[in-house]
Amino acid sequence: MSAVAQTGVRRTGRGGALAGVWVVAAALFAVLPYVFSSGTGLTTMSLMAIMIIFALSYNMLLGQTGMLSFGHAVYYGLGGFLVVHAMNGITAAHLPVPLAVLPLVGGVAGLVFGVIFGSVSTRRGGTAFAMISLGLGELVGASALILRDFFGGEDGITTNRTKLLHVAGFNFGPQLQVYYLIAFWCLVCMMAMYALTRTPFGRICNAVRDNPERAAFIGYNTQSVRFIAFCLAGLFAGIAGGLTAINFEIMNAANVGAAPSGIVLLMTYIGGVGNFAGPVIGAVLITFLQVMLSDATEIWQLYLGILFIVMVSFAPGGIAGLIAMHAPVWRARLLHRLVPAYALALALGLVTFAGAALALEMAYRLSAGSEGGTAFRFLHVPLDAASAAPWSLAVLLAVPGFVAFRRVLPIVGNAWAATLAEARRGRGR
Amino acid sequence: MSPAISRVVAFAWIGLMAGTALGRADTLKIAYVDPLSGGGASVGQVGLEHFQYIADQVNAKGGVLGMKVEILGYDDKTNPQEALVQVQKAIDAGARIIAQGNGSSVGAAIEDFVAKYDDRNPGKEVVYINYAAVDPSLTNAKCSYWHFRWDANSDIKMEALTNYVKTRPSIKKIYLINQDYSFGQSVRTEARKMLAQKRPDIQIVGDELHPLLKVTDFSPYIAKIKASGADTVITGNWGQDIALLLKAAADAGLQADWYTYYAGGAGGPTAIRQANLADRVFAVGEGFANIDYAPARAMETEFRTKLNGQTLWYPRVFNMMDMIFRAIEEAKSADPLKFAPKLEGMKITTFDGGEGFMRAADHQFFQDMFVVALGPLGAGQPFDEEHTGWGWKEVGKVPADQTVLPTTCKMQRPS
Amino acid sequence: MLELIIVSTLNGVLYGMLLFLMASGLTLIFSMMGVLNFAHASFYMLGAFFGYQLSRALGFWPALLIAPVLVGAIGAAVERYGLRTVHRHGHVAELLFTFGLAFVIEEVVQMLWGRLPVDYRVPPTLDFTAFTIFSTNYPAYKLFELLTAIAIFAVLLLVLTRTRAGLIIQAALTHPDMVAMLGHNVPRVFMLAFGVGTGLAAVAGVIAGPALVTQSNMAGLLGPILFVVVVVGGLGSLAGAFAASLLIGLVQTFAVAMNVSLADLLALFGARLAPDAFFAEITQVTVAQIAPIMPYLLLVLILIFRPRGLFGTRET
Repeated sequence: MSAVAQTGVRRTGRGGALAGVWVVAAALFAVLPYVFSSGTGLTTMSLMAIMIIFALSYNMLLGQTGMLSFGHAVYYGLGGFLVVHAMNGITAAHLPVPLAVLPLVGGVAGLVFGVIFGSVSTRRGGTAFAMISLGLGELVGASALILRDFFGGEDGITTNRTKLLHVAGFNFGPQLQVYYLIAFWCLVCMMAMYALTRTPFGRICNAVRDNPERAAFIGYNTQSVRFIAFCLAGLFAGIAGGLTAINFEIMNAANVGAAPSGIVLLMTYIGGVGNFAGPVIGAVLITFLQVMLSDATEIWQLYLGILFIVMVSFAPGGIAGLIAMHAPVWRARLLHRLVPAYALALALGLVTFAGAALALEMAYRLSAGSEGGTAFRFLHVPLDAASAAPWSLAVLLAVPGFVAFRRVLPIVGNAWAATLAEARRGRGR
Repeated sequence: MSPAISRVVAFAWIGLMAGTALGRADTLKIAYVDPLSGGGASVGQVGLEHFQYIADQVNAKGGVLGMKVEILGYDDKTNPQEALVQVQKAIDAGARIIAQGNGSSVGAAIEDFVAKYDDRNPGKEVVYINYAAVDPSLTNAKCSYWHFRWDANSDIKMEALTNYVKTRPSIKKIYLINQDYSFGQSVRTEARKMLAQKRPDIQIVGDELHPLLKVTDFSPYIAKIKASGADTVITGNWGQDIALLLKAAADAGLQADWYTYYAGGAGGPTAIRQANLADRVFAVGEGFANIDYAPARAMETEFRTKLNGQTLWYPRVFNMMDMIFRAIEEAKSADPLKFAPKLEGMKITTFDGGEGFMRAADHQFFQDMFVVALGPLGAGQPFDEEHTGWGWKEVGKVPADQTVLPTTCKMQRPS
Repeated sequence: MLELIIVSTLNGVLYGMLLFLMASGLTLIFSMMGVLNFAHASFYMLGAFFGYQLSRALGFWPALLIAPVLVGAIGAAVERYGLRTVHRHGHVAELLFTFGLAFVIEEVVQMLWGRLPVDYRVPPTLDFTAFTIFSTNYPAYKLFELLTAIAIFAVLLLVLTRTRAGLIIQAALTHPDMVAMLGHNVPRVFMLAFGVGTGLAAVAGVIAGPALVTQSNMAGLLGPILFVVVVVGGLGSLAGAFAASLLIGLVQTFAVAMNVSLADLLALFGARLAPDAFFAEITQVTVAQIAPIMPYLLLVLILIFRPRGLFGTRET
């Protein structure tokens, strides 16, 4: 964590570079639809942008303030529901309100519910907060099914985004227009949340996370710090929910339930809680896997679970943490020294994984859970799980691969230590 | 971590870049969007097998209009928004027929999405064919021209069930217990309304709602049912809510008959067998394995042989595909804009030998409904369920015309 | 009325003891290691499926002995090769590790036994009616559950507070360095504690499996309520978990019997809401309707007003 704080301090001195990052991000948002132009591509990217906001708002709690929440979808979902109701109300009353400002309604809703639930749940941090968030999440999730008028029962509440006031010829029928709307809000929210981490308040949040006793001792009320962070997280989660409502034109009780609360935790943690870019990476990666992995395999949840366990065990800083670790080496222009060791480890890791994945896929074909028989395709190659040949192949890949991989790990470690030491020395000179 | 991802990236890159890569003209692509992973996959995978089985049959006979039928499976994880992303993927892959069944929440989302999609993309219309989402609103308040439903909606099932109850004078006191969400709530209100019309002498002695899939111990509910003196219970419960309910009833020695929607669902027969409630649990549906109709039995035998003893759960999928293929052949086109009108009002002989028709006013299919009971197999009943040794047998049949309910649908047809 | 009270009390106690049976291992693990095991319900599920498989081959009673040992061994292995590496990253990382583990166990169970419920039945020796009260039967199997729960409670309490081993275990959490100094292998103590805790979950699984539904989603459906028990009782307090189980069992059972809504209560004071008011819907909901979600309400209230839980000694 302290390394992250250091890099952060350094970054503040480089306002120009920071502005450059935002310009690049904006350009990326603008260009991507021309690269991935299919309906699926646009829908997936819209979803990714929404999830970036949601995961970043979650990281205001977990990463910035050290609050583990199991019920963050409450604010996301309620924000979305308020937006759907607002859209329908505006359409019915023919009010001259453009669609583009409606995510604000979601933000306000998220903020209001954040204030209400935050006032009871943020009195304590740690496990007590985690458990209250779990309880509140279950309560709201269960009520969503019971209260039919507001949550629309099983069918949910639908709306039509094209019926609102059209500004400058945009009717938001085509997904492309909706994508740009979401991308705009995503960029605004990212900048706002990043700016927040640079304020004194953001620093106090970090202090409350790292050492609440000391933060209290130097005069900060840790309870109100947690409360304010919680409300702000609710605000941004609400905006994300509002954009979901606009993107899908439907909100459903599942949106406030346990599943999105769990997914946002996965995204944020796998991406990396110690770094602002972490949740962004996690949101993009996990959304992509959710949409696409189920095409490749029925047991995608197993892979996701294993990925999560591996990340927690070996890379608690997440993907962003791994990348940030290399910053000093990168600055010393020594990254190429690591390439051979990394390439070797990666190759062996891939071989091991291919063997293990092949074995898992075949085990699934043979298992009671599969309904489809034993024939299947692995990497486009048709195979039969009931025959011995692919099993031998799997074992031949996985076992020697793993043994060799274990052997190579110390080499990687040594290369890393040597390179890092040299990078530090270089900087010292 | 990257091999799985790189593999998927490779797939997805092709998928995303391809834009609207429409399939070759010689295949008829039908997208099947249902849960294929996680808990819901127990039914979703079996549903997919039904489609695959039918496609294989048709392809063996030369396909439809010379086109090979291809079933594309998409995993919606029983989540409405996830389903919409998967439908988008199916459309990109060139499917213009979207089949879905599990979960009215998903059904409502797809119906709404497809209607808007067709409205905003003229010339690229897709049609949503629904084989199991039973929320009545899909063919009433929310009805859409681009949605057709082959399962009887929950009101129709209640109409059939109460028409059967009408003929059973022994039923005097009924207790209603349902899951507290829109489906359970509609079961309870319709039951009250229809019973009051058809059998005003029946007393509703209790009317309970409990949260969906949150109850571990049903004993207190059974105590209430027992205290009410009910002789019959009507419930729309499914999943563990029906299994635990029946087990608790058997434990407490409750003597009552159970009229259910989903006792035949996955795991239901196992629970009934465990609770040892022979011939006391009834279900309403459009077909069952031991029906006295030779072609259906032959198909059931073949299906079970081919699929490792799996019961043919969805006779309605056969009705559905039969009608879709017929409409495409009549229209000489696989364009939904051309073949959808042929479906309206179409009459067929159903899988179980009765007459069935697709009502044009709301795109709801009507067919004979059966009330069946689970118990030890009798003479001439060859099929058991879930290897329990017990099977479904007919106790009552409600002809299609006695299941017709009015609709509030105001259908907007494409001009 | 008397009938209702007696029957509800009985049902409440029986259900509460079933909850305690399932939650005892969870509270044990927390009291010893400070780890909130999110995968506890998954170990419970493993117990049920192992019990099912073994009881088909060997009968129920051998299964009741062997399945918990096997699951306990798996649990110990998870601690040794997984949790121990995560331990240095702190409690949140440990909790998240078990969170991921729950995903993996569910998928593995689906691969081994499929997604449909398996036919796991009450053993014939216990498949009879123990007694009948107000014409309601109580099966012997439920009494068996009750007795097992009480026995586990008694044994755990005795071992932890009255034996040397128990004292070492308790000291290992609060003063690990001192205990290690005295020549005890602290990591092994943790491994054993985790093994015993998951083994207890498996005992609950073997016993509750036939009474409930043994299916691959059983862990997900049951998981949250176990946390409620443990947190309401006070994290790490065995007696607290026992009391909380009883309390939740009774609250939930009596709530089912109450058909009162907020609107009725308001009417008592002469207040009436227009039925089409925006929040009128929420006042129409009866207590019976929300009985199964009462425990979560209880959880939130307890944590607000008494964050250490009923019997907890430290703030959570």
